[in-house]
Amino acid sequence: MRLSSSRRIRRRGIGGDEVLKGLVAAAAISIVVLLIALAVELISGASLSITTFGLPFLYSTTWDPYHDVFGALPFIYGTLVTSALALLIGLPVSLGVAIFLSEKAKGHRLAGYVLGTLVELLAAVPSVIFGLWGLFVLSPNLKTYVEAPLHKYLGFLPIFSATPIGLDYFIAGIILAIMIIPTVSAVSRDVLNAVPNSQREAMYSLGATQWEVIRKSVLPYARSGIFGATILGLGRAVGETMAVTFVIGNSTAISSSLFAQGYTLSALIVNQVGESTSPLNASAIVEIALILFGLALAINILARLFVVRITRGARFRV
Amino acid sequence: MMTTNGLSGNSGRRRRVLNRLMNVLIYVALVAAIIPLLAIVGEVVIQGLPQVNLGFLTGLPRPPTVPGGGIFNAIEGSAVMVGLAALIAVPLGVGAGIYFSEWPESRLSFISSFTNDVLAEFPTITLGIFVYLVVVLTTHTFSAVAGAIALSIVMIPIVARTTEESLKLVPHTLREASMALGVPRWKTVIRIVISTGKSGLATGILLSIARAAGETAPLVVTALWSVYPVTNLWGPTGSLPYLIFYYGLSPYQTWHGYAWGGAFLLVVFMLGLNLSVKLLIGRRFAGVRAEI
Repeated sequence: MRLSSSRRIRRRGIGGDEVLKGLVAAAAISIVVLLIALAVELISGASLSITTFGLPFLYSTTWDPYHDVFGALPFIYGTLVTSALALLIGLPVSLGVAIFLSEKAKGHRLAGYVLGTLVELLAAVPSVIFGLWGLFVLSPNLKTYVEAPLHKYLGFLPIFSATPIGLDYFIAGIILAIMIIPTVSAVSRDVLNAVPNSQREAMYSLGATQWEVIRKSVLPYARSGIFGATILGLGRAVGETMAVTFVIGNSTAISSSLFAQGYTLSALIVNQVGESTSPLNASAIVEIALILFGLALAINILARLFVVRITRGARFRV
Repeated sequence: MMTTNGLSGNSGRRRRVLNRLMNVLIYVALVAAIIPLLAIVGEVVIQGLPQVNLGFLTGLPRPPTVPGGGIFNAIEGSAVMVGLAALIAVPLGVGAGIYFSEWPESRLSFISSFTNDVLAEFPTITLGIFVYLVVVLTTHTFSAVAGAIALSIVMIPIVARTTEESLKLVPHTLREASMALGVPRWKTVIRIVISTGKSGLATGILLSIARAAGETAPLVVTALWSVYPVTNLWGPTGSLPYLIFYYGLSPYQTWHGYAWGGAFLLVVFMLGLNLSVKLLIGRRFAGVRAEI
């Protein structure tokens, strides 16, 4: 009696196990299918443009819907310039925050928690609100107090040469710098927290100051993780769309001046999808999306290779 | 003698000064990171709060020369699309998360989990273009359904990741105890693992909803905009983020008011959800982590 009932439970259990595993495996498979479908769909959507323009699409500077001639360089250039600017400004600030949270806030858990939370909340603000604030608050202030003086006194340098109107690479770069701070600082903090304490104590015992400990024994140990965090931040900056669309100026000309109006890959897509004048134009926009897809994929895989190993390891160790 | 003393004293002072200087710079960086949040929230409250009243919440947008009006269409559209997106994303995301956590050794788990990480960091505009090509172009219309599908792709990786992480926090001894009593694995997963980790699951779902509610780029190319309340899921549909984008970039003062008011509602929703998740459920999480 007992035996048979337990056998019945067991047999039914095996069936249930397979159903559950099948269902959740299907969900896991759907994620892989989604990424493949994404790639396939973008490639087939861009095929007309790819076969028409070939490789020169990547370095042609013309974007002319009236004559149906398209090239992606102004957008690739804009994306790279604004992202580089974002890293240049955002990385030191993020490292400062990460060092504070991992090295200085140890004795003050509440202060560390509150300040860490504030920085993290920045990531919760929607990108479109960054754009609105960037357009109405940041842009006029930067134009008056930063760009105008730089242009006036250093205008002979090509990067400051254009007369600032408040919609340009520079302001887009600053907005992006602000937006990548939560990501880069959170990941860097995890990486710094994973540095073993013996590494610090050895240095302190030699009479080093705190900065020497950080500079010579903590940061070198965390180097590859911080590199990964930086690449992850770069990925954010490259893909960021709405905030940039508000302040980039939407010009398809390439300029060496940071104060000139420009364009990015993502901003072009948002502004021109659905407004294409020909099938070739539509396909060229999809190819822009494909370039963005490729950039994001490469950046992300690179970042994962550096970060995941380290922070995952840290989590298990704790 | 004097010089030696002077030298060592100098170098010691230089090291101390450098230490002090870097200390100051670290605090400067911290302040620089926090100011934007305060500035943004402050501006949104100053500009947005005065806009919000009952008429603003229940009325519809008007032409730029007509004062008054409201943004009911955007609030309703956002709620409908985020709700639909959750209906798609929660089962898929939770399912994948269960698979990652309970069958971590399988090759599918490794591949799918990696794909999930990549998808989570993807530029959402490319997800939007994908849905534009697959749904909008084939149905010949921008629609709430297309918008919801795009938002669900944004949500799935977040739900999957948080589900995996919270189920992994459930001690293995609980699983073993349940299996040792003869409870089949599927029942163990549902009755023991999920019910123990459910606050973590709820966290993930809430965070993904907060994230989707603020997503703009995917909606611009899928749902577009409408100034009317939702009557047809297969027609263009308004949303709060699109409202901020469209009216914020318009040249009209009255329309800027709509944008700031919408921004205020969105910020209150997002920060409220994020903070409450962090304060209420985050603490229980912290407890679990400390126990291990």
